[in-house]
Parts: sequence; structure tokens; C-alpha cells
Amino acid sequence: MSEAVIEPGGGRGVVHDFSRDKQAFGVPWGKAMMWIFLLSDTFIFSCFLVGYMSVRISTTDPWPVPSEVFALSFGGDPIPLILIAIMTFILITSSGTMAMAVNMGYRKDRKKTFWLMLATALLGASFVGMQVFEWTKLIVDEGVRPWGNPMGAAQFGSSFFMITGFHGMHVSAGVIYLLVIANRVRNGFYERRGGNYEIVEITGLYWHFVDLVWVFIFAFFYLW
Amino acid sequence: MASEEGQQHPLSIYFWIWGLLFVLSFFSYMVDYLNFQGGVRWALILVFMFLKAGFIIAIFMHMKWERLALKIAILGPPVAILVLIWLMSVEGFYIEDTRVDYYGESTFEPEPVHH
Repeated sequence: MSEAVIEPGGGRGVVHDFSRDKQAFGVPWGKAMMWIFLLSDTFIFSCFLVGYMSVRISTTDPWPVPSEVFALSFGGDPIPLILIAIMTFILITSSGTMAMAVNMGYRKDRKKTFWLMLATALLGASFVGMQVFEWTKLIVDEGVRPWGNPMGAAQFGSSFFMITGFHGMHVSAGVIYLLVIANRVRNGFYERRGGNYEIVEITGLYWHFVDLVWVFIFAFFYLW
Repeated sequence: MASEEGQQHPLSIYFWIWGLLFVLSFFSYMVDYLNFQGGVRWALILVFMFLKAGFIIAIFMHMKWERLALKIAILGPPVAILVLIWLMSVEGFYIEDTRVDYYGESTFEPEPVHH
């Protein structure tokens, strides 16, 4: 094709450009779309965290010390942040099993992929379970509300429930997503469609992102 | 480096990164446990956070092996968030100063936390 092609302009040009069937990223479209979704999600979580930063800077009341608020005692002295630390390790473990599942998917090892995805989902579910415990303790035992708490700045509660609630919702959605895809891996859905396990990697992207967001929440909300 | 069959890499690299993430998480927990304060605390928190985030994106999410076009398209836009952080922190400090000027220092008395 050496002859010059006349490209349409205006609105037709936009349609032409977006439908010209050129691969820009060299990845399947599902993966590109998952990345773009995760990019938009990055902005949502960033807005929450920046909002939290704003209210924490601008309040004149003392900010409750997360290290003490989230301490937990197993009979003896309270250990600072221990539940949060356990939750962090659980999420990292689940990220590891997910990475293994993606790898096994590309090796077309259906059985191992299924079990690893199931393990990931169960770890995710246990994370949500611990979060429920944490919320209950905070609301019932320590009187933290979105509009105030006995320890300090009123904005603590609203930031906490908003950020961890939205993250917990992502984990819950991820568990459902994982279970659906894992079941399809098990029952041979992808086997019948040419044995393409790209979907496992796409699911993995979402799951690793949930872990990634937790890294930032852990640093900025719990440790700062 | 991405092969035709998608992202296939030796298992050992995942185990390495997995272990590394555990160690880094342990370190960031230690920042709190050993009660570092002030600039050292913030620096350590940020270093461990960025290392963990970097390894998750690069290895677990395979960004290291993707084409540059995808790397730029996905990792470029979040840089704009730095501007938002800067603007909102300037704004936050201004609001705090205004509150102190007009309402005075906080008179909030925390109640002891019951466990």
C-alpha cells in the first residue's frame, strides 16, 4: 500500500481512528480494558486518600493515634496494629496464590489453576471477615462514628469508613469475580473455547490491584 | 519478551517477589511497632510502600514485560495526582491556619480508649 490514503476528518475521523483495527498495546483487548478500568479506579482511591489528607491537615483537633485505636489484646498487653498486620499478610499471601494461578493457567493446568484461584478467593473472604470484626469493634466498643469519636478529630471516622469500606467492597467483588472465573476454569468453559486462559491473568490484574490499594491504605491511614 | 501465549515466566521469580513482599510488609509493620517518629517514620513508610507497590505492579501485574505504549498509558496519568496532593495540602494548611486564627486552638479533650 504505497498510495496516499485520504483520512476523513471531523466526527467521521474520530470514528475512523478508533475503529481502524490497529493494536496499540500488543495485548488482548480484555487486558487493555482491565488496565484502563484499574487506572480509573486508581483515581477514585486517590481522591479518597487526598480527601483524607486534606481533612487530617486542616483539623485543629488531635488525630486519633491509629497504632492505639487498632491495637488488639490477646489476653495480655494490647499489641499495636496487630489485626491490620495480619490482614496485610493475608492479602499478600492471596496475591501470591493468584500469581501462581495465572502461571498455571498459561501452562493449561486446569486443576491447579482452579485450586489456586479458590485459595485466593478464600483468603480474600477471610480478609473481609476480619474487616467486619474490625468495624464492629470500632463501632460497638469504641464508639467511632462517621461524625465523631471519643479519641479526637471527628473526620477520623468518616475517612476510615469511606476508605476501608470502599476497599472492602472491592475485595468482596473480587472474591465473587474469582469464584465465577474459577468455576469456569473447573468446568471446562475455556477449554471448549480453544483453551485460552488469558482471563485468569485479567482476573489476577484486578486482584493484585486490590492488594496494591491496600499497600497505600496501610501506609497512609494506619501507619502515618 | 511477552511470548505468543501471554505472560509465561519461571515460577521462581514469583516466589522471590512473594518473599520480598512479606519481608517489606514486616519492615513496615516494624516502623510502627518500634515506634519510629517524625521524618524517619515518614521516610521509612514511603520507601517500603513504594517498593511494595513497585514489585506488585512490575512483577505480579507483569508491567515489566509489557510494551512501552501500555506502560506510558497506564503509569503516566497517575502522575497528575501529585499536583492534586500538592494543591490540597496547601489548601489544608491554609484552612487549619484560618481555623486557629478565628476559632482559636482546639479544646478537644480525648477520652481514654476502652479495649
